[in-house]
Formats: sequence, C-alpha cells, structure tokens
Amino acid sequence: MDFGPHLMLAMLEGAVTAAILALTAMGLSVVFGVMRVVNVAHGEFYMLGAVIAWFVATTLGTHPAVGFVAALVIAPLVVGALAAAADKLILQHIDYDPERTIVATIGLLYIIQQGTLMTFGPDASPVEPPFNHRIALPWFEWGEDGFAFYYPWGLSITSYKLFVIVAAALILVALYLFMTRTKAGLIMRATQQDSQMAQAFGIPVSKVYALVFGLGAALAAIGAVLVVPIQQAHYLMGHDPLLLSFIVVIIGGLGSLPGTVIAALLIGMSDGVISVFFSPTLAKIMATLAVAMVLVFRPQGLLGKKAH
Amino acid sequence: MDRALTLHLAIIAALALAFFILPAYHAGNLARIMVLAIYAMGYNLAFGYTGLLSLGHALFFGAGMYGLSLSMQHLGTPTLPALAIALACAAVVAGVVGALALRTKGVAFMIVTLMFAQAGYLVALYFSEWTRGEEGFVLPQTMRQIAGIDLTTAMGRYFAALVLFAITLLIIGHIVRAPFGRTLIAIRENEARATMLGYDVQRLKWIALVISGTISGLAGATYALLFGYAGASFAAVPYSILPLLYVLLGGAGTTLGPLIGAAFMIYLFDLSADITDAYMLIAGVVLVLLTMFLPQGILGTLRARRFKWLP
Repeated sequence: MDFGPHLMLAMLEGAVTAAILALTAMGLSVVFGVMRVVNVAHGEFYMLGAVIAWFVATTLGTHPAVGFVAALVIAPLVVGALAAAADKLILQHIDYDPERTIVATIGLLYIIQQGTLMTFGPDASPVEPPFNHRIALPWFEWGEDGFAFYYPWGLSITSYKLFVIVAAALILVALYLFMTRTKAGLIMRATQQDSQMAQAFGIPVSKVYALVFGLGAALAAIGAVLVVPIQQAHYLMGHDPLLLSFIVVIIGGLGSLPGTVIAALLIGMSDGVISVFFSPTLAKIMATLAVAMVLVFRPQGLLGKKAH
Repeated sequence: MDRALTLHLAIIAALALAFFILPAYHAGNLARIMVLAIYAMGYNLAFGYTGLLSLGHALFFGAGMYGLSLSMQHLGTPTLPALAIALACAAVVAGVVGALALRTKGVAFMIVTLMFAQAGYLVALYFSEWTRGEEGFVLPQTMRQIAGIDLTTAMGRYFAALVLFAITLLIIGHIVRAPFGRTLIAIRENEARATMLGYDVQRLKWIALVISGTISGLAGATYALLFGYAGASFAAVPYSILPLLYVLLGGAGTTLGPLIGAAFMIYLFDLSADITDAYMLIAGVVLVLLTMFLPQGILGTLRARRFKWLP
C-alpha cells in the first residue's frame, strides 16, 4: 500500500478509537464536572461493561444481533447501578473529599478488576459483532494516464466499525440534548454550578450525585459494549481507556464537555495514526509526557477557561 | 535520650533479635517487609509529613532498582558503587519530576505524578533489550555481595535489610523532629500560613520530594540486590499504590507506621495467596475500608487517642 491509502486506513481506525474514547471520556468528564471528583475506577466500569456484554451474548446464545442489543441495554444499566451503589456506600461516606475519593476509587479499581479475574478468569473472550461486512474503499490517484480510480488491497473497513462511529455520535448528541433540554439535565447543571445553592432550592444533591456517578459509569459501559466485538473482553482492558480518558479530559479542560469531544477526536485520531507509523510504546510515552506537561504548564486544559 | 529515639532503637534491636528467634520462613518475610518499609518510609516523608499525595513513587523505586541492576548487569559495577549510582539516579529523577510536578497541587499533582510514572514504566518496556521488560532479569549471584559479605544467604540478606532499614528510620526520625521536618508538617497543615510566615514553601516541598524519592530509590536498589531480580512490573502502577496503602494502614505521618503497614499487608497478601491469586483484591478492599473508617491508620489513631508522644 502507498502512503496515501495507508494514512486513510490509519485515520479510519483512529476514528473508531476516537468514537469509543469520546464516550468513555465523556463519562469521566461528566462526573468530574458535576461532582468535582476524579474517578480512578472509571476504566474498570468500562471493562465491566465489556465483560457483561460477553456474558449476556453467551448466555442468550441466539443470533449475535439479539445478544448485542440486549447487552447494549443491560450492561450500562447494571454498571450504572453498581456505580451508583458504590457512590452511596463509599463516596458519600467520605463526603467527596477529592484526595480521599481518589484513594477510595483506586481501592474500587482493584476490587472490580481482581473480582473479575476471580470470576471471569484471565483469558480474553470475543463477542461476535451483530453484522460485519467488509467494505472496500476506493482510492484516487493522478497516474501516467491521468486520473485513476482503484481499490487498493487492504484499504477497507467493516460495516460494524462504521456503525460504532455513528452510534457513538448519536449517543453523544442524545447526551447533549439530555443535559441542555431536559429537567434532569437542568438539575445536574444547577448542581454543577453551586451544589449548596441547589440543595437550598430543594434539589436532592446526594441523589443527583449517585445518578451522575452511575451515568458516567454507564457511558463507559456503552463504549465497551460497542468496542467488544472489535476487541476482546479481558479483565485488564480498563487500563488504557482510563489513561486515555484522563488525557482527553485534561487536554479538553476538566469538566468541559465540548472540549472533551474535541480532545477525544484529536487524541483518538493521532493515536490511530501514530501507532500505525511509529512504535505504539513510543507513541504512548510521548502522549503521556505531553499530557503531564499540559497539566503542569496549562492546568485549565488546552480549551478550558482559566479559573478565577 | 528521649522516648521517640528509645522506641526506634528498641524496634531495631527487636528486629535484630527476631532473626534468631523466628522460623526461617518468617525471617525471610521480615527481610522483605523491612525493604518495603524503607520504600514506605520514603513515601511517608512526602505524603504523610509534607502532604504531597503522589501516585508515582514507583518511578523512583524503579529508578533505584534499574540504576543498580543495569549498572551491575551491563557494566559489571561492584555493589557499593552501583548502590551510589542507584541513589543518584533516583535523586535526579525525583529532582526533575519534583521541579515540574510541584507546580501543580492536589488532584492535578496526583495525576501528573501518575503520568510521569507511567511514562517511566513505558520507557522500561521500550528499552527491553536491556531491561528485558516485564519478564525482567536475574542478577548474577556472585555479584550480590558487599565487602565479602554474601547477600544471597538468609543471614546476609536479613542483616543488610536491617542495616539499611535502621539507617533510614534513624534519619527519618531525626528529620521529622528537626526544624526542617516541623516546617514540612506546617506546610501540610496550612500551606498558605507557612508561606505567609516567610518559608520558601516551593523549595522545601521540592527538597522533601527529592529525599523521599531517593529513599524510595534506595528501597528499589535494595530489593534488586537482596532478591536478585529486576523487572518492569516494579515500576508499574500497583507499585505506586502499595506504599500509599502501607502508609495509610500504618498511619500517615508516623515514623513507624510504614513498617507496621507493610508488615500487616504483606502477611495479609501471604495468607490470601492460599485462597486466590488475585492478591490486589485484598489491597483494594483494605484501601476502601481505610479511607472510610480509619483515615488516620493504626498508629495515627493510637497517637490521637492515647500515646500523644509517638513520633
């Protein structure tokens, strides 16, 4: 393959990564935006979503499409409920102290991860995609005999991957409408702006917190259900999404939702492109250091406003 | 001699006696506990005394471990110079990371240190030609000795660990009661006030982090030296979380908390190994329970309730 088609393939793969990443990071961002806490266990909620999707699909054992749709409903609900329960039991108990929350969610991370290792086991398990057609993509070129149009070998994408991109976009639009157009969204934004004032106006802040924490985890679970037909379910799969989500949320500005989407596109695409052309480990080192530097020198994020 | 110093010396004497009293298996465990307690004491100086909650100390532990083991393995450096190289590596890494990370505070500091440590771990994987990555490498047995003392025997290993543990404990015990340590505690309690009183808070925090990182590096080097193995998993995220766990359990901001926390957790891991391979599950449960019910840890709670003089 020539450089052009190769780059296009890398960008398509990057777009899939970006779509999943946008969902997962959005979950982290919503939680940080409203509750002002960092959930280190976020990647494990993602992993749990994937494992539940596998469980639902294998238990039903019918057509992959049925299992997939069932997983898309069940996994976010179960994971969301679990996260809300963890919020009620643990985070409320420590009064959302930022540092203690991080320590507690680190604990939660290991409980979920190792609990999954004990029940689900150490092996990766695949989930069949609901549909999977290979779509060859054309490439244009100015050749010796003028404009040429051909299908380079290897330049293709599956219909399922296109579906992932569309589905993630739809869910993000739905989330945006939910936050800006519904009463529940209004309540969340009110809590985000001033939780004490919201409490004074009769908003059940602790309930809102539990719901937001559940919503954040559910978003990660949806991302995982979408990704699991491409990538297998594994008990350690939450690690990379957690770091990438951190990176996205930090670059986008902590708690800024549009910033999160833009940063997810940026990071997802560049991750796709860089890891095709360079060693993935080197790409990760550069990305991690770059983000640390952003936090050090521009803590409000690249797109966030400076705090007053 | 005051009570705190007497207590420290008594603990060191008791540990020396323990080797002759305890069965071999537990003496072996105790050697490992002392090395990890050195690590936790280093961590405690930053977290417990200065209030710097770092999630990246595995970077310093790893710097010490690789500083010693790579120079012994590939350059054939004898033990003592290799140990010096290890300490220098850890100090330089801590100095650079500190200069950058200390520009941030609170949650941002935690994430920045986590990111730096992750980058360090990836660097260890990237240069797997020398480090052999996750798999790691074994240090040649013949090289593991100091001035003719064989560190591969149970006794050599135990007393080498004890000597380094004792030195670290006495240094830490001295630091935290000297004016420097008192100022660190003042920074932890109220940074704005310490600044207002005229202390150069940024500089003091940096010094504390460099000392903390260097001690963590000493622990990493000692671990490689005494147990003869260096691998990238010692620079990974769980190794940043473990000293936090030991210190929280034993009591943050107490000189002996790290030892008690490390001893408690290592025996807990040891016992759980009979039931499951998922030993970090225990770590998770203990972390959650500690933050919820015992935020001051064992010694911190004892000090608050009964023994006000505990160092």
